Amino acid sequence: MASAERFGKWRRSEGLRGWLMVSPTALYALAFLAVPLVAIVALSFVSQTGVVTYDYTPTWKNYIEAFVEPQYRALILRSVIISLAVTALTVLTAFPVAYFISFHVTPSRKSLWLFLITIPFWTSYLIRVFLWKVILGYNGVVNSALLWLGVIDEPLGWINYNANAVVLTLAHAYAPFAILPIFVALEKIDRSLLEAGQDLGETRFQTFLRVTLPLAVPGVVAAVLIVFIPTIGDYVTPRLIGGKDGTMIANLIQSQFLRQNNAPLGSALAVISMITVAAISLVFVFLNRKNMRGGQ
Amino acid sequence: MRKGRGLRTYTIFYLIFLYAPIVLLPLFAFNDSKIIAFPLKGFTTDWFVALWHKTELHQAVLKSLIIAVTTAVFATALGVFAARAGTKYRFRGKGPVLGFIMLPLVLPDIIVAVSLLVVLLRIGMGLGMTAAILGHVVICLPFAIAILNSAFSSLDQSLEEAAYDLGETPFSAFRLVILPLVMPGIISSLLITFTISLDEYIIASFLVGTEETLPVYLFNQMTKNSREIPVVLALGTVLVLFSILLLGIAEYFRRRGIARTGGKDTGGFL
Repeated sequence: MASAERFGKWRRSEGLRGWLMVSPTALYALAFLAVPLVAIVALSFVSQTGVVTYDYTPTWKNYIEAFVEPQYRALILRSVIISLAVTALTVLTAFPVAYFISFHVTPSRKSLWLFLITIPFWTSYLIRVFLWKVILGYNGVVNSALLWLGVIDEPLGWINYNANAVVLTLAHAYAPFAILPIFVALEKIDRSLLEAGQDLGETRFQTFLRVTLPLAVPGVVAAVLIVFIPTIGDYVTPRLIGGKDGTMIANLIQSQFLRQNNAPLGSALAVISMITVAAISLVFVFLNRKNMRGGQ
Repeated sequence: MRKGRGLRTYTIFYLIFLYAPIVLLPLFAFNDSKIIAFPLKGFTTDWFVALWHKTELHQAVLKSLIIAVTTAVFATALGVFAARAGTKYRFRGKGPVLGFIMLPLVLPDIIVAVSLLVVLLRIGMGLGMTAAILGHVVICLPFAIAILNSAFSSLDQSLEEAAYDLGETPFSAFRLVILPLVMPGIISSLLITFTISLDEYIIASFLVGTEETLPVYLFNQMTKNSREIPVVLALGTVLVLFSILLLGIAEYFRRRGIARTGGKDTGGFL
């Protein structure tokens, strides 16, 4: 009786209505995101016996292969290093831009500046990557322009088909992702706190270090995660402009699935890269935990 | 204000860096040379004319348009449910559920692609345009929800209550009062998800099978056919103009939506 009454109450409650409302979207995410993610973890413990035949006895074989094979290990390590370099470059160069828009642009013009920054992001990613290939190439735009102007005598080699080119291109691709979260965090800062800092005799730089920066941490952390995590899964940029030294783990995953036809090993590599990225991200968030509540 | 001026100069240089590729694109698309290098040779529209004669390209465009339109409709429709639930109701487990739906925002696309590939092959569904649409909806949902959230959260709850007081049912109140108010958000969500799907390569390349979409076609041209570079740049110019046009429309509707619900513009899509 009491439970029936409780059920009746729940049926008319906000909770149920909320769940009903979110259910189509939640079911979709369950079917086409949650189930596939579980499936790929499961597949990573299976071994491939033929082109389309599998041995379903659970095994660590794929993981062991991924760690023992020096080529795979090197690729995972290199991907992490490239992603970290991209993240550092993107966030450090983006911060002053976000700071400028938040603190030095009149409020009515802010959305125009943000719009200007987001436009390049919405143009074809493939085209942008390809253009960097054309710009940085051995006979490309930069080299031909510098030769033509007489700045250099022979084309620069270190700007094309290597990890540098990959880092630069990815930093360009993820710029708005870094600027927007930092901007949002800076906007939340109560401007009177900054005045208080200076009234108490601090220089502008001291106030920046002691007030602005700690309060901007949530935005910086968001920016770091939103750049770092997807970067490791990119294979278009390494494929088009990375050359031999710029290939990343996603290129290997892709070829395991589509060319080598070893989906279980590909799954294990995918799981390893997800876990690596998640672990690095968690450590980073943990290190910044003190300032994560800022912004008010 | 000396410090402000330094920052302004820096920001302008940063913008130049952001726009450099897009500015160079038309420059070389109209340049009368197969080699992409300075100095420029002369003006030509040959590369654009060449686009008219490529039938595989036209088919790829058509397929991409079908995928993008379907994705935009489904992602926006599903996004409306999530945004409505997220802004109107408080319920247990709301954070985790919505957080999970937003996960693709930080999940590498290749993970979404391979995991869907595994499941679709396992259940025997096979690859093709439907598979690509399923994947695109997954990655477009977070963007749709982010846009729709801001549309729904700027709604004045009392408007809806007034509709109930005047005898409307929940459904008719939604149709007559809420839908018109969030319509600009819906339109901008449709445009943004359309743009994302149209441009998406990684998931499409895994899931479309033999059906070549526009980005898959582009990628193949970029990797295999090095003689066709100016044609690729001409195609890129057309695509960039098209997406800037779409974005302008999306931004117009987003601002109109904020103005309509009486909110204040906080800028940006994200």
